[in-house]
Amino acid sequence: MSTPTHDDSRPGDPNQGPTGSGPGTTGAGPGSAGKGTDPASGGAASATGSAASASGSGGAALTGPDQDMDEPPAGGSFARYFLRKLGGAATSMILVVLLGFFAFRLLPGDPVLKIAKERPMSPAQIAELRSQYGLDKPVIVQFWDYLVGIVTGDLGESYVYRKSVASLIGEYLGPTLLLTATAAVIAIALGLWLGQLSAWQRNSLFDKVASSTSLIFWSVPTFWLGLILLMIFGGTLQWLPTGGMVTPSLEPWSAAAVIDVIKHLILPVITLVAVVYAQFLMVMRASLLEEMSEDYLTTARAKGLTEDEVRRKHAVPNALLPTVTVVFLHIGGLIAGAVTVEAVFSWPGLGKLTFEAIRGPDLPLLQGTFVVFSAIIIVMNLAADLVYRFLDPRVRRA
Amino acid sequence: MPANTPAEAAPGKPSGAGSPSNGSDPRGSDPRGSAPVVDGAKLVRERRLNNAKKNWALFRSDIPAMVGAVVLLFFIVIAVVAPLIAPESMLDVTKQLDVPRYAPPSLEHPLGTDDLGREMWVRILWGARVSILVGVAATVMSMVIGTIMGLAAGHFTGLFGGIIMRIVDFFIVLPSLLLAIVLSSVLERGVFTIVVAIGLTSWASTARIVRSQTLSVESRLYIERARILGAGHRHILFRHLLPSVMPLVLANTTLTVGGAIIAESTLSFLGLGDTSKESWGTILKNSMDVSAATSGYWWYVLTPGIAILLVVLAFTMVGRALEAIINPALRSR
Repeated sequence: MSTPTHDDSRPGDPNQGPTGSGPGTTGAGPGSAGKGTDPASGGAASATGSAASASGSGGAALTGPDQDMDEPPAGGSFARYFLRKLGGAATSMILVVLLGFFAFRLLPGDPVLKIAKERPMSPAQIAELRSQYGLDKPVIVQFWDYLVGIVTGDLGESYVYRKSVASLIGEYLGPTLLLTATAAVIAIALGLWLGQLSAWQRNSLFDKVASSTSLIFWSVPTFWLGLILLMIFGGTLQWLPTGGMVTPSLEPWSAAAVIDVIKHLILPVITLVAVVYAQFLMVMRASLLEEMSEDYLTTARAKGLTEDEVRRKHAVPNALLPTVTVVFLHIGGLIAGAVTVEAVFSWPGLGKLTFEAIRGPDLPLLQGTFVVFSAIIIVMNLAADLVYRFLDPRVRRA
Repeated sequence: MPANTPAEAAPGKPSGAGSPSNGSDPRGSDPRGSAPVVDGAKLVRERRLNNAKKNWALFRSDIPAMVGAVVLLFFIVIAVVAPLIAPESMLDVTKQLDVPRYAPPSLEHPLGTDDLGREMWVRILWGARVSILVGVAATVMSMVIGTIMGLAAGHFTGLFGGIIMRIVDFFIVLPSLLLAIVLSSVLERGVFTIVVAIGLTSWASTARIVRSQTLSVESRLYIERARILGAGHRHILFRHLLPSVMPLVLANTTLTVGGAIIAESTLSFLGLGDTSKESWGTILKNSMDVSAATSGYWWYVLTPGIAILLVVLAFTMVGRALEAIINPALRSR
């Protein structure tokens, strides 16, 4: 879902619940109450629905770090913080690995029978296929093989491509990174810039237009937006190529080839940006709105700074802080969006590979892309936590 | 509105001690309400009726929400009466042999026809059934799981709560589309699988909202009082916490349906849906299969997407209005 994946990985600590002791802990109340209403308040504040979730995470991010700060003093050291986050990421990764195995081996639906359903096969062939993919061994042995495989980078062999999944993923990883990274940079820049303008001119025409546009982009499936762009610019106007990443006849790395790749990149990137930037806009907007009632802005104005300077030098840097984390967290949504966008534009990346794997159905390949996609996202989240710690001196000191 | 307000949960209490401070607060949107127990059920009923009236007035004054509600009503009605207006035989490919293929929209074919000569408007009509049904069913499932997990994560501390939080975190971090793809590709294809795939993977944000609300309610004095009076986990969870999170969950439901409808269309588009059943996602998948976008069959691509856009927007508008009614703090902003 390109939609509500916007979330905060850090909703406080479970053992921090206010049940611990008596009235003293009620202090946790306002903090968590704020969190509780924030996802909602974003919705109304920003006049868009996507905001309900998008700026919700903004709100959560705002209070999240405070909760980190409020933790017992013993948790203050960086090493401990780092280890805790690392532990969280490791647990998630273990869950992914387990899910990767159990979803694909144990759920109803024998993978070999699935292949056999697509084409006629004799029982002997089926048995051979079974042993080829190690499916005739006991589950526990399969599980061990799978674990060893993951650690050594062996993700099995693709049913369809007849190649090792790891090498396939290696081949297709580059284009996906190119696509998502380009889209991420543009979406972040656009979203944050529009977001701070919207917040500063709250309820102005600009704000309303920006909010409703992002609401509309949020309300359509990513792939449909891609199809529309494809139809207009690739089909009707024929300005841009309709699929793929390179024109084969061009010599690699020549100037013409680079321009050719950029041309292929334009439509998929616009699609991804259109779907994702709204979330950044909403987070930035909510975050800046939060700052706007602060006293230090009055001080800045009293000093004689222009409105523009107050915004640029005082309000925005502070609002940026909580936004950064959320931005990282949305990378997951971007990657999920890449699956359908790559399918629409035949972009030769992991998303396209996933699409092909679904069509197969090529379960080892699907399993491989799932594990790799998840690993990328988990690492990004860990990075977000560390970057946040690094950026916010208050958290660092605590 | 939740069925049990705390005041009712402790019947027979002298009214003076029961609600000394908030007896004057008529705000209905506060689920932890203030029903004076003096006159019992009748008073409560009256208060609720008044609140319902007030909330309805608030909702009516929200123009986008009213438009959304009308659009929703329209789509629900056409989904329900689809078999009456357009019998299923109109979708039967073998009976469309003399209908032109890829006919652009015209008086004869209002929304055009597809690659097999089926009328687009008939497909949209039938597609509404599956798309809306899946959206609503998956949302209900996701709300139930999210509420349970959120309550548990907020209420229980220690190891159990910690484990639950880890699971919630996991689902928050990983995009639900990714998990839904995995689930729906290993399970039997079908509408029910899609519902399960979306429902099982999209509950995490609900759980987070519920957990925050649970934490904030847990710290209130009446919970402490209940605990001191000897209330167990079950009593606190179902009598106090659940009613207090329900309004939030309900508002969230309407907002989530939109996401679920988009998720359904995405899964169907990827070929994970039930190809024998019309849904807006399936129509878009068919259009992609015949490269309608690059061949100039714009109506084939445009109509299902616009239907999705309208319904999702409508759900969002209604959801936002409900949210504002339930959480009065938002209205000022």
